[in-house]
Amino acid sequence: MMEEVKEVTSILSVHGQNVKVTEVLKDGDTLTFLIVSQKLSGTGEYHVDRTYDDFEWLQQHLFSQDDEPGIQGVIFPPLPAKAQVNASAKVVKQLGFLALGEWQPYCKALEIFLRQIATHSILSRNKAVEIFLTSSEPPGRQRVRKNIFNRLSQAVEGMRKEGHKDVDEFFQTERDHNLVLTGYTKTAAERFLDVVLTEQKIAVACGHFSAALRLCVEAGEDPDKQAFSKACVKLSELFESMKKNITSVAENNVNTLGLGLDLESRYQEAEKEMLFRRTCKLVELETARRNAERAKPVKKAAMEEVKKATETEFKHICGVAKQEISRFQGARVEMLQQALVQWCEKQLLTARQNADQFNQHLQVFRGMA
Amino acid sequence: MATSSERSPPPFPDSEDQDVLDSEVVGGRDSDEDDGEDLFMSASDPPLTEMDATLPPANEPTDVLMNLPTDIMDAPLIEPVSSPSESKPASEVVSEPSDDFVDLTNNITDSPDDSVAAEIAVADAAKDSTEISLDVPTEIPLDEPSDDFIDIIRSETRAPEEEVVFADVTVEAPTDKSEVTSGTTDPPAEGETGENAEQAAKETSTAPVDDLFADMPVSNTQKLPVIDKIVDPLVDLLSDAPPAADAKKPSQATVDLFEDEGSDLFTEPRQTKSAKQPQKSLFGEPDEDLFGEPLGATAKKTISKEQKEKSVMTKAAGVSSNIGGPLQDSNPAEPADIFTEEAITSVPSIKSTSTVNSKTNGVHSEEETDIFAEATVELSLDSPQDQRKREAAAKPSVSAPSSSGAASLTKPQPAALEELEEEEEEELEDTFEILVSVKDPEKIGDGMNAYMAYKVSTQTTLPMFRSKTFTVRRRFSDFLGLYEKLSEKHGPNGFIVPPPPEKSILGMTKVKVGKEDSSSADFVERRRGALERYLQRVVNHPSLIQDPDVREFLEREELPRAVSTQALSGAGFLKMINKATDAVSKMTIKMNESDVWFEEKLQEVEAADQHFRKLHALVESLVVHRKELSLNTASFAKSTAMLGSAEDNTALSRALSQLAEVEDKMEQLHQDQAANDTFSFAEVIADYIRLLGAVRGSFDHRMKAWQRWQDAQTVLQKKRETEAKLLWANKPDKLQLAKEEIAEWEAKVTQFERDFERVSATVRKEVVRFEKEKAKNFKRQIVKYLESLLQSQQQLIKYWEAFLPEAKAIA
Repeated sequence: MMEEVKEVTSILSVHGQNVKVTEVLKDGDTLTFLIVSQKLSGTGEYHVDRTYDDFEWLQQHLFSQDDEPGIQGVIFPPLPAKAQVNASAKVVKQLGFLALGEWQPYCKALEIFLRQIATHSILSRNKAVEIFLTSSEPPGRQRVRKNIFNRLSQAVEGMRKEGHKDVDEFFQTERDHNLVLTGYTKTAAERFLDVVLTEQKIAVACGHFSAALRLCVEAGEDPDKQAFSKACVKLSELFESMKKNITSVAENNVNTLGLGLDLESRYQEAEKEMLFRRTCKLVELETARRNAERAKPVKKAAMEEVKKATETEFKHICGVAKQEISRFQGARVEMLQQALVQWCEKQLLTARQNADQFNQHLQVFRGMA
Repeated sequence: MATSSERSPPPFPDSEDQDVLDSEVVGGRDSDEDDGEDLFMSASDPPLTEMDATLPPANEPTDVLMNLPTDIMDAPLIEPVSSPSESKPASEVVSEPSDDFVDLTNNITDSPDDSVAAEIAVADAAKDSTEISLDVPTEIPLDEPSDDFIDIIRSETRAPEEEVVFADVTVEAPTDKSEVTSGTTDPPAEGETGENAEQAAKETSTAPVDDLFADMPVSNTQKLPVIDKIVDPLVDLLSDAPPAADAKKPSQATVDLFEDEGSDLFTEPRQTKSAKQPQKSLFGEPDEDLFGEPLGATAKKTISKEQKEKSVMTKAAGVSSNIGGPLQDSNPAEPADIFTEEAITSVPSIKSTSTVNSKTNGVHSEEETDIFAEATVELSLDSPQDQRKREAAAKPSVSAPSSSGAASLTKPQPAALEELEEEEEEELEDTFEILVSVKDPEKIGDGMNAYMAYKVSTQTTLPMFRSKTFTVRRRFSDFLGLYEKLSEKHGPNGFIVPPPPEKSILGMTKVKVGKEDSSSADFVERRRGALERYLQRVVNHPSLIQDPDVREFLEREELPRAVSTQALSGAGFLKMINKATDAVSKMTIKMNESDVWFEEKLQEVEAADQHFRKLHALVESLVVHRKELSLNTASFAKSTAMLGSAEDNTALSRALSQLAEVEDKMEQLHQDQAANDTFSFAEVIADYIRLLGAVRGSFDHRMKAWQRWQDAQTVLQKKRETEAKLLWANKPDKLQLAKEEIAEWEAKVTQFERDFERVSATVRKEVVRFEKEKAKNFKRQIVKYLESLLQSQQQLIKYWEAFLPEAKAIA
């Protein structure tokens, strides 16, 4: 594996860490993303524009690397659900945080997706990645065939196989744990989204109140009236700044912990899928073993062959999966930590700014006496 | 001086004519509507109506005030008494070198006594002052060596004599009065009898006493310019004098008089007597004559405007201590202007006049100005501090005539002071005079008969209350009952009576059903706050606080159950307001508004009402969102806690649990913020929507007064036509009847017109006060709001700061 990692760097002609999704263009109903990556060989940059179809193309190619041993043990970086310009309520709900704002969180999510792939020891070796990041021709415009990782089939089989008793205690624990965490993370992300949405509502309400206050200004020379009008205007300003503040609080929430929780939630899903694939393989292996034992002597050799092949494959998968899981555990803790720290720092900054502003307003009002 | 006395004889007829005219015309002088006259017109009315209303309960106030007057009176007594003793030697010294001055000084030395009397005004004033004024004539002739002055002094002596005569003539009235007044020092029985005296008696009593007082101060004031030593006490007196600030009103009149008829008056030293007597009979308008004559007297003596001013002040003290309240009630409140105007104009005028009279006054003229300046300055500067003292002094004096007098007395004070002084002082007054809190809502009874009772605690420094703090228990309908009573009594006069929160059947039913959920707790808390602000508004209103019902509400243990409010449910209340609004709009169409101010104000009020309603809806939605945020934060905290518990990584798990705690705290912050929004804005705005309804109500009352006046005029017109017909038809028997009717209706028309003017003036003042309060209140609310906002933000910062290391510790 380590050798492979070294190999990886030579395969990609760009810095995997520096892939950026810089812009999103709306063209009718389709969204086009501008992806910028730095060349390894010096100062140049690749600028490519990709649609969601291109991303799907890339993902399919990664899934279907049949020549790679143990590919099914890889936790594939999760691609966000397809974004639509006038998204239905259902899509918005599916997208969660990514549907907020002017697609910036979505771009961020795509960027993370690409980086995860470009830095992945196995996945980055795929030609498709290089093509996706550097080719000026959009690769994914023709539909690719649905491969074995079709989600629909998973869902059907899942009911049957999810509960399958594992032979390896490590994987059994990981599966149970993953199941719990997936649920909780999803709930947490949803709750946090509610918080953000409410904050946005408050921002809007503050804006309305501020606007209405401006209408309360009374004309006239009378000092009392002027004082009242002045108070109204100042209060309007206060609420305007409150609106800004709560907006930035909401933005902070989205851009740090929101994205973090979203990614975590999707990654847990990806891990779950990987574990499920492994479980499938386990079931397959067990069937092969049974078949080999019960097989008539004529077919025995062939069955043994199949069993051997499946065993090797399963071993590979388990090896990759173990690595992937430990890598993932480390990565997600680091990711969550970063999200929390950034979140905290940003909110702290905003809160301090708020306090400063409130203090200024307070001084103004006190000075008005 | 000599010149003035030489000139004295001729113009008497003029002035008398004028006086007579004045007194005859009484209220009907539409032609030259000085502010001062308006005042007088209205001044004479309130006692009639208000006394009626408050006669029976008046006994209690006097009881309450029993202790106070003695103290207060002691002080003035001592002060002035000592000051004359000082002044007397001084005047003697002066009298030897300067003949011219002897009389003056002697007069002056006596006059302090008078002024003392004037100060004491309340209790023995009537009697004492007659005595004192008797002294004056006896003393003065003795000290009269100066030829030049003989005339003057005689005129002076006669003036006092007239006063004495006055006192005699109106013996009964003053004695009534003195009884009433003595009620403060003597057992209440007397006070009661005095108060129970017929209205007529009162009317007359006030008038003569006014005469006395008005004349006395005139003489008092002479001591001022001359003797430095008395200056201080005098100034004290002036500033202590409760209604000194109110002087503007009379002073206005006097200034006018002085300017218009000054010369006549100068030249008319002796005729005052004859001039006065008609007045006496025509009690309808004593003030004007009073002011005219004393002025004339002062003018004769020193012709200095300043004196007049002082006299005005002291006079005002005297006058207003008797009828001051009602008088000032209707005062259109331009006091500051008047004051300053006077201050400005009088200083030069003093100088000029003093130069004219250089023989007598020249030496002292400079001091005079100084004194005057000092006096005024002190008056305006010290007034806040002396406010309480003054009020203390004012209260006993007022309590004697009737509690209604008291009711109206303090009100103009702040009004005047508001103009004169800075806002802070007002706030001082607001915050320290009386604080009412409504606490501990408690459900009493079960089922649908349950009701909420609240503890009403009052903290006050006002001497009108028996103790500094007291607490009573009141149920919601009692609050409504108080409003009913107040609006019934004061609404028609154009006062803006602060409305209580509406009855809420929905909210109360929830409480009654006994659901202990957050919405019913929120409802109770909102209502409690609204009731507290309502009461605080009532007691902050300078007129309403004086109402016996308010005091009863705050003080009395058991209150008779308010019955009529049962019908006044929330919907009914709103309907009532709407009805009033409709009526107003209907009537505006009919009424060709003569006063642009009211028209504009009405529009402003309508616009403000719209704005406030919109603001209220917006704030309410903001509050809803905040509550939602707090709920969402809570559930996020919960899910974070779950996540933390499921997490394998210890550091991350720990951090997540910490985060859950932080979010829990934030939930509390959001909740507090929602409450803060509610109570700082939503509820206050709701208050103001109600108050604007009350403002419109007061406009409505003005409109009604106008309507009454117009109707009366129409009737009068008809009567006149009938009379013309009868005259033409030559039916003398019926003609007599018609004439009587015309006279009756003429009186009514004048009465109604005066009512209308008075209501208009009150509404105007009330609206100005309302706007002032509004601006102030909003500013205060905003500052409070910002403070709490800042505090919660700092709390938030603390939470984040505490969490940051936890987040960094993961890994």
